[in-house]
Amino acid sequence: MHEFLAQLANGVELGAIYALIALGYTLVYGILELINFAHGDVYTFGSFTALVVLVALRAAHVLHGVGLILGIVAALLVAILACALLNAGIERLAYRRLRKAPRLAPLITAIGVSFMLENLIELWQGSAPVPFPNVIPNPELRFGALQVGVQQIVVVALAIVTMIALHYFVQRSRLGKAMRAVAQDRDAASLVGINVDRTIAITFLIAGALAGVAGFVGGVSFGSAWFLNGFGAGLRAFTAAVLGGIGNIAGAMLGGFLIGLLESFSTWFIGGQWSNVAVFSVLILVLVFRPSGLLGESLPEKV
Amino acid sequence: MNALLDVRGLEVRYGGIVALRGIDFRVDEGEIVALLGANGAGKTTTLRAISGLLPIRAGDLTFAGTNFRKHGADAIARLGIAHVPEGRRVFTRMTVRENLELGGYAVAARRELDVRIDEVLSIFPRLHERIAQRAGTLSGGEQQMLAIGRALVAQPRLLVLDEPSLGLAPLIVAQIFEVLRDIHRRGTTIVLVEQNAHAALALADRGYVLRNGEIARNDTAANLARDPAVVAAYLGGE
Ligand SMILES: Nc1ncnc2c1ncn2[C@@H]1O[C@H](COP(=O)(O)OP(=O)(O)OP(=O)(O)O)[C@@H](O)[C@H]1O
Ligand SMILES: [Mg+2]
Repeated sequence: MHEFLAQLANGVELGAIYALIALGYTLVYGILELINFAHGDVYTFGSFTALVVLVALRAAHVLHGVGLILGIVAALLVAILACALLNAGIERLAYRRLRKAPRLAPLITAIGVSFMLENLIELWQGSAPVPFPNVIPNPELRFGALQVGVQQIVVVALAIVTMIALHYFVQRSRLGKAMRAVAQDRDAASLVGINVDRTIAITFLIAGALAGVAGFVGGVSFGSAWFLNGFGAGLRAFTAAVLGGIGNIAGAMLGGFLIGLLESFSTWFIGGQWSNVAVFSVLILVLVFRPSGLLGESLPEKV
Repeated sequence: MNALLDVRGLEVRYGGIVALRGIDFRVDEGEIVALLGANGAGKTTTLRAISGLLPIRAGDLTFAGTNFRKHGADAIARLGIAHVPEGRRVFTRMTVRENLELGGYAVAARRELDVRIDEVLSIFPRLHERIAQRAGTLSGGEQQMLAIGRALVAQPRLLVLDEPSLGLAPLIVAQIFEVLRDIHRRGTTIVLVEQNAHAALALADRGYVLRNGEIARNDTAANLARDPAVVAAYLGGE
């Protein structure tokens, strides 16, 4: 029972991180029908920027009391901002000019951008994992048979608040509606006065910001950052997005948590070396039997 | 009189194929102008080029004295041209209300937007009954009403419609044409592309006939409706 609850909590924590990353894949796919392979590396970049900020603040001895909370918030905000700008920069420099090119061109470009980011991050931070500053106090809390760390609660809470904010933004705000309009019918959107290029740029900003949050919570949760983290986490998050129905925001969240739980429980039952097999079997099964995903439309409605 | 819309020497190509070869087209404030022609004559291409959805090879476009040849489609919409596209193109996965809100995308003030949406709903009571429904679940006629309603929320100076009657029952077509007449009476200038030339010429002041990407005729609606050549080509059998 204890072990089951521990794995459950662990799966939810992993799932929260995958869900945040998956949202970035799904937002970009929704608006451009592009699988942004570089997205996982934007997540890695987020972990490292948060890490660098925390290391600097720790060296300046300001991480105690109120300074600790402010420092954590600062690291989170810097990661969000850096990733948002990086992702929008990638769109501007690499994808925008390929908007009218055959679909394979931006896809290959995305793979290229991914390699480039991985190599640049390796140049910057080296090829070994870097320990993430352990600054958030992590006393264990007990709820009956369930035992969770404060860090776990912070990670999951931050992810859920971010997702709720995103949901309301996309459903209710004027910009969110513009994003959905461009995703559905670019010409019709421009005919009502929506600037399509700007809306796509904003979508990349938001997807990047989400990767920034994920990078921060991922660093806290895994306790380290590594230049290739984004590859594995990105593949899992992409699987989560496909499982939920790529392009579907609620689907990405659901898929993220399901993949997190699957990874956690498969590690428990059949061993960590098999969790990859479990996750990617799901990807293949979904692609074969329900390519539109759990919450996806039966087929994308395209004019 | 000053032209509201002035199109000079408009040339559009698809790849190497010339679709419009130097079209001159003018619409004065307060007019209803019909644009007629057989399938493939270039009517939709003309409207899409004017709205900024297609790149232009040559020619000049002026709206109320502003040269908008280099404007993007969104900037052209904000100039005051609303385009109800061929095939309606409503946002099928959004509700009727969200579609109307998007029609007023350039309207920043929430209250003003609500007033305009209420006005449109009073023109199309059917939309009012289906306000929370996804646009994709509407009938063809209702989708056409929504497409027109969405354009009207912008309160355009020029309303451009591409075959609004296509595939609709005669009763609905009559309703829609009645609405167009009403909108025009309230001061909106209209360009109407129609297969249904009888109905279009009955509504319009003037008409252009396109043939193979060129203007073949340009006359008053009454003269065109009487012209034996036009009648034979576009009005025959109806
Ligand atoms: N995207 C495109 N690529 C290549 N050729 C095109 C494209 N769109 C239209 N055309 C061609 O341009 C010509 C004009 O087409 P257009 O759609 O403007 O005709 P139309 O007058 O609107 O016809 P309809 O009454 O059938 O709607 C046609 O010969 C058509 O085949
Ligand atoms: Mg047409």
